[in-house]
Amino acid sequence: MRSLIDILDLTTEEIDALIEKAKDIMLRPDAYREKCRYKKLATLFFEPSTRTRLSFEAAMLELGGSVLGFSEAASSSSAKGESVSDTVKIVSGYADIIAMRHFKEGAPLVASMKSDVPVINAGDGGHNHPTQTLADLLTIKREKGSLNDLTIGLCGDLKFGRTVHSLIAAMSRYKGIKFTLISPDELKLPSYVKNTYITLKNIPCTETNSLEEVMSNLDILYMTRVQKERFFNEEDYLRLKDSYILTPDKLKNAKKELSILHPLPRVNEISTEVDSDPRASYFRQAKNGKYIRMALIMMLLGVE
Amino acid sequence: MHIDDIKNGIVIDHIIAGKAMEIYNMLSLGKLDCTVAIIKNAPSKKLGKKDIIKIDSDIDINLDVLGYISPNITVAFVKNGKITEKKHIGLPSTLTDIIKCKNPRCITSTEPGIHHIFKLSNGNTPVYSCIYCDTEA
Ligand SMILES: [Zn+2]
Repeated sequence: MRSLIDILDLTTEEIDALIEKAKDIMLRPDAYREKCRYKKLATLFFEPSTRTRLSFEAAMLELGGSVLGFSEAASSSSAKGESVSDTVKIVSGYADIIAMRHFKEGAPLVASMKSDVPVINAGDGGHNHPTQTLADLLTIKREKGSLNDLTIGLCGDLKFGRTVHSLIAAMSRYKGIKFTLISPDELKLPSYVKNTYITLKNIPCTETNSLEEVMSNLDILYMTRVQKERFFNEEDYLRLKDSYILTPDKLKNAKKELSILHPLPRVNEISTEVDSDPRASYFRQAKNGKYIRMALIMMLLGVE
Repeated sequence: MHIDDIKNGIVIDHIIAGKAMEIYNMLSLGKLDCTVAIIKNAPSKKLGKKDIIKIDSDIDINLDVLGYISPNITVAFVKNGKITEKKHIGLPSTLTDIIKCKNPRCITSTEPGIHHIFKLSNGNTPVYSCIYCDTEA
């Protein structure tokens, strides 16, 4: 029995197979409508995230399965002090697969150790969110046709952005990858991430404060939000925030085939004027999330 | 007791000087009834100075604790006054319930009844990280 806790739990071959499966589901959705008939997905959301929960539920429903679960600690047993282990032991008697989101880092790993059914990490605090990374990878593959030979710009909050860390970990396993890290000094990529996935693997990497300076080199631009609460003072925030907001003007020198990604929700880091640009891939990325989750549910349930 | 004539017991040798008390505490040697000798700052060809612990009883000890606190320790098991087995202890690949995660956002800070597990990562310098949250020890 397999679970998915960390994106690196999957080999690149398995990721490629999931991507191919997701693409096939998009092409022939009818062929998959009964694949998970009589199977139940439990969504255990100890921390609310409507977007992620709906994506998982839509995925299971489109496979012909059904869903049950809860959202928010207040309405669940954990508010009464029940442990993750106990909750999961009970729920794994009701459901065939579990998607869990929790505010504590490592909670889904604990769940997978105690569960009789596969557990999918749907986000554990600021730590991991592997299905977001799978959605990112599917998007890159669909937009660019390949996961090799790409210059990937990551922009904004690279320090606390878990999706950035997972994407770097996942992409560092493909060939011909170059990273461009664009952030204020305060929000640079943590050195352990840089060492493990970039330096030790001899992957070319540039660091800069200026998005405009590197824009013309990028094949992928992965935007993240620069949050006010990450700064020590208002002045620094005001000084820096506009540098990391994507506008049509900043895209002037960008490649025609650039693909702009964002894990969403966005606040103001991508101007809405960019939405109509064909290079804006972030809404397609959100839709891709549902299809890759369908492929993942099938894989973990052993459904062909 | 002459510290050299242990009948049935364990000699922990080549401890980095100054680390003996840490090992003494982590292994709860203070709770033992038998003779326990701690030798500090003994001359050593390899280390210059070293600590040694001798335990006059063949208790079970957690070798991972030794490797974690002071790598390259040697442990000699003594039976009827003779060394029957000698082990060189390197850095253990996993630490189970030896140290606790310091990250307050880690599930180990609230979840009852789970093991605290750290894995040795294979970088340039040895680092142990929590398997649940990846925080370094
Ligand atoms: Zn931890």
